[in-house]
Amino acid sequence: MSSEPETSGGTGGVDETDDRTLTTLGGAGDTAEVPLKVSGLEKHFGGITAVDGVEFEIDKGSMTGLIGPNGAGKSTTFNCITGTHKPDGGRVEFNGQDITGLEPYQVADRGLVRTFQIARELGEMTVLENMMVAPKHQRGEALWRSVLPYARNSVNQQEQEILERAWETLEFFDIDHLANEYAENLSGGQRKLLELARALLTDPQMLLLDEPFAGVNPSLEERLLEHIHELRDQGYTFLIVEHDMDLIMENCEKVIVMHQGRILTEGTPEDVRNNEDVIEAYLGGEV
Amino acid sequence: MSDDESGGEYGQSTEEQRAVVMGIDFRNDGLMLLTMLLGIYIIYLLAGLVIGFPFRGLMNQIGQLTFWIAVFAMASLALNLHWGYTGLFNIGIVGFMATGVYVTGILSKPVFGSGTSAAEIGGFGLPLWIGIIGGTVAAGLLGLIAALPALRLRADYLAIVTIALSEIVRFSLLSDSLSGHEIAGYRVGLGGGDGVILDYQDPLESLIRALSAPFDLILGEQGWLWNDVYLGIVVDFVANFIPNNPKPVVDNFAYSAVLLLILGGFYVVIRRMGNSPFGRVLKAIREDEDVTNALGKNTNMFKIKSFVVGCALMGLVGILWFGTQGSVTPNTFRPRITFYIWIALIIGGAGSNSGSVMGGAVFAAFLFQGPRYFKNVIETALGNPEAPSSFGQAMLPVSNGDVVPFLLYTLDSIRQLQLFMMGVVLIVLMHRRPDGMLGHRKEPASSIPLTRPIKRSGGGDTVATDGGETDE
Amino acid sequence: MGASSTYDRARSQIVEKPMTAVLGIIAVLLVFDLVRQLATGNLTIARMMSLVLDGVLRGLVIGLAGIGLSMTYSILNFANFAHGDYITAGAFSGWATTYVIAGGFGSAANIGSLALVGSGGSVFGGALGINAVQTPLAVLAGLVVSGVFTVALALAIDKFIYKPIRGSGGIPLLITSVGVAFALRYVIQFVFDSGTRGVTNTGSLPGIRPNVIDGTVAVTAHDVLLILVAGGLMLGVHILLQRTKLGKAMRAMSDDEALARITGIATERVIRSTWIIGGGLTGVSGFMFVLWKGTISWNDGWLLLLLIFAAVILGGIGSVYGAIAGGLVIGLTASTAVIWIPSGFARAAAFGVMILVLVVRPQGIFAGRSTA
Repeated sequence: MSSEPETSGGTGGVDETDDRTLTTLGGAGDTAEVPLKVSGLEKHFGGITAVDGVEFEIDKGSMTGLIGPNGAGKSTTFNCITGTHKPDGGRVEFNGQDITGLEPYQVADRGLVRTFQIARELGEMTVLENMMVAPKHQRGEALWRSVLPYARNSVNQQEQEILERAWETLEFFDIDHLANEYAENLSGGQRKLLELARALLTDPQMLLLDEPFAGVNPSLEERLLEHIHELRDQGYTFLIVEHDMDLIMENCEKVIVMHQGRILTEGTPEDVRNNEDVIEAYLGGEV
Repeated sequence: MSDDESGGEYGQSTEEQRAVVMGIDFRNDGLMLLTMLLGIYIIYLLAGLVIGFPFRGLMNQIGQLTFWIAVFAMASLALNLHWGYTGLFNIGIVGFMATGVYVTGILSKPVFGSGTSAAEIGGFGLPLWIGIIGGTVAAGLLGLIAALPALRLRADYLAIVTIALSEIVRFSLLSDSLSGHEIAGYRVGLGGGDGVILDYQDPLESLIRALSAPFDLILGEQGWLWNDVYLGIVVDFVANFIPNNPKPVVDNFAYSAVLLLILGGFYVVIRRMGNSPFGRVLKAIREDEDVTNALGKNTNMFKIKSFVVGCALMGLVGILWFGTQGSVTPNTFRPRITFYIWIALIIGGAGSNSGSVMGGAVFAAFLFQGPRYFKNVIETALGNPEAPSSFGQAMLPVSNGDVVPFLLYTLDSIRQLQLFMMGVVLIVLMHRRPDGMLGHRKEPASSIPLTRPIKRSGGGDTVATDGGETDE
Repeated sequence: MGASSTYDRARSQIVEKPMTAVLGIIAVLLVFDLVRQLATGNLTIARMMSLVLDGVLRGLVIGLAGIGLSMTYSILNFANFAHGDYITAGAFSGWATTYVIAGGFGSAANIGSLALVGSGGSVFGGALGINAVQTPLAVLAGLVVSGVFTVALALAIDKFIYKPIRGSGGIPLLITSVGVAFALRYVIQFVFDSGTRGVTNTGSLPGIRPNVIDGTVAVTAHDVLLILVAGGLMLGVHILLQRTKLGKAMRAMSDDEALARITGIATERVIRSTWIIGGGLTGVSGFMFVLWKGTISWNDGWLLLLLIFAAVILGGIGSVYGAIAGGLVIGLTASTAVIWIPSGFARAAAFGVMILVLVVRPQGIFAGRSTA
């Protein structure tokens, strides 16, 4: 599980968090240039079509925003990609592998990890325990290893490594002072940070963030953004569903706009901003 | 990080190391538990001595008390694995116990033949230890069968499914059509409503004889530990105090002591399961299954494992509990036994292992054995008076100001009233203290102490401990 | 369009829902076996009809008690495990009244023995000549008292036990209700003792035995009365839900409590009404159940409870009509199962049906619209 330290290309940050690099986060692998490819995705609920033939590709190491008015099908699309919902049609490929209709844990296992719209912390566990759940394929997850005396030694060894990684990541996100706090006692913004930090410990290649800035105060929002940019620079790919259009326009290099279950348009923030359909969709619906 | 770092470099004070033995932390909860147990025994002894309970009866009570404490603590621990750790709402505990007891009985009962009455059924005549393993495995298997479809369900649905399952088990045991059959030349069955006579070798004797094997080899004897040590020395010694037939009393004590040892085993195993990455995932499932799944954990697999292991342990508790009772009938296994164990767990605090043990002990001492002991003591003190046979006869004299018959009736009905009291205790607990005595859930979800790792300086890439940030 | 697409659809249904397909096959096999048994004379048509009648009557009791459980389950959001003991409490309160009246307020036997429903074998219902025809007033009074008493009991328990912790969620409430169940059950046992006793005089009970093809089917006056009472009350609930403002509010509450609160429905009042209606029906069902089967025991309600849960889940929690339909299905299952399996497993079969429904279709087979 131990990985080589990777120094991020000297970001000229002034904040003190910037010189704390995540030594153990390896960044994304490099199997394909297009890690995520969605084609013809469909999802119906009863008679309602929530997602209707959605197609898009996400470039490696990019930060893409997925926006659209309420009920446009963004969250459903997300849920279909990550396995929370089983799509009724279409195909989802990740790193060239078909992941359509897999269970959420299988999707996560392949390096595509999501966060939730409303931060869902594991309340009656400490922040540190929350973090330590995340690393994949832990030796001690096997029942017999956690019980048998000799095997348990190897578990302890790995636990030490996981503990260190968890602390480092908490330090990176500046929430290490909360490590032994119960997660249910955290503020809304701190929970969002915890969720992102926890997702990182699964060694993802790509992160799907569902409204990561909802309910976060402005100063924390800035910090969260900084972290996301920094992680992007380290090679992680991001797809962000967001309600706040300006936030997406300022921070993403590519924007996908959904409306009534379909892709309305996609392109650079500039293109999207000037697109007639988008303006209409937003004015016609709710901003 | 890198592999060349040895464990000694991590901060763990010597005090902590001394307090943590085999993964058991004796610093607070353990001490509390020991103090409480001591208190319980003192109360029992004092009550008996003050009333002038005969010595033999007193010793029997103490042995019984120990038996119940061990049984309820073990069952409570197994349930804690389900409910406290994984959030699995199992109210069919008694079904798994019944499965364990019956399978052990069938496997280890002597083969049908001469000596058994025609109405009775026989068994396969296997050694008792095979029977016990078989019973435990069978309970686990029943858990597996239930788990495969049912674990996807909401907590309240799982509750209904498990209790229905436990009743299905009981109906099956009651059924005439399964009461006795010829299987591969063996006449075996479930005995129907008459139940099964557990006429296999006494578990205690069986255990001591098994332990005796190495000594027998050296000394060239048969069952040396049983014949010469247990019967020859221990029982003989006790005969000084209880001249008339001391063996049952000693057996009672010895078996209870064995159960306490097994309880220790339960505690260590379940605690280890809890304080490990495995237990961490279980806790995460309890808190939010979707999130845990989205983090890449095959939550169903974890739930199944937790459920099956818990069910197997419940089966084992059943075997240890009913295995020495001589015989069982299906109606022994009514849902009230499940209810007992839930109360024990809730008293102690779901999610805490030391709490489970404590809850088991409190339940055994004050709610289960306590009222019966109280009845015994009072009746002895009053010279075994005749109680009225019905509520009406008890109430009649009350109108004339005579409450004695009513009190006697109450005392005589203590077995019903104690269930009433348990119900009330459960209600009060849920109102006042839903987390129980130790339901703080502070037991760490890791196999190592979760303190900030102390690292070598000079690594350059991390800040180890910079002052103001640590407020643990 | 054509046959091939229908075939494809059927095939994909089987692939997607193997459980449903297996169930279908089992159902077909059971029907075949039934036909075989009827053809070979293993089972007479008259006996089958007797079993069906028994199932329907049992189903009416389950359905009647199930309405209350279903309503509280959906509106208060917890499975009330004490519901079975409300049935027992209702039955005992009603039968104590019936005994006292039928016993001439102490003229036929000791009044205490009467009030304790002949506890300890002190007086027998048969000796008092209790049945719906000989002592109609006593039975009617018992019926009313059983309903009223259970309403009072349900309201008191809600006020002192459930209401204070209503905010803490369904599971703590469920656990608490188990405590209530045990407390109630064993108080009843303490007062009325643990004996099962006969309460009716069946010897003088009028009934008919019409000839049916190859035998006779017995129908007693109590069977008819059960159908009338249960049917009438169910109809009453139907009218209440459809025609009154209270009924609308209750339907809204069971759909979404938070929304109902926002839209100004007085939730506390609705909750009280739920207990009143549910409690009343439950108590009456307990009384009728005892009248119909002729014996009373301290754990009657508990033994019925799981069957009621089965009915409620089968019908879809929150659906009153579902509870009635589910009750009939469960009642018929429990009664007619003996056609195929040993009688010891009849109840197990009903539980098996419930477990299957929970696993295959947890929203219930009649679900779709809740409460309405």
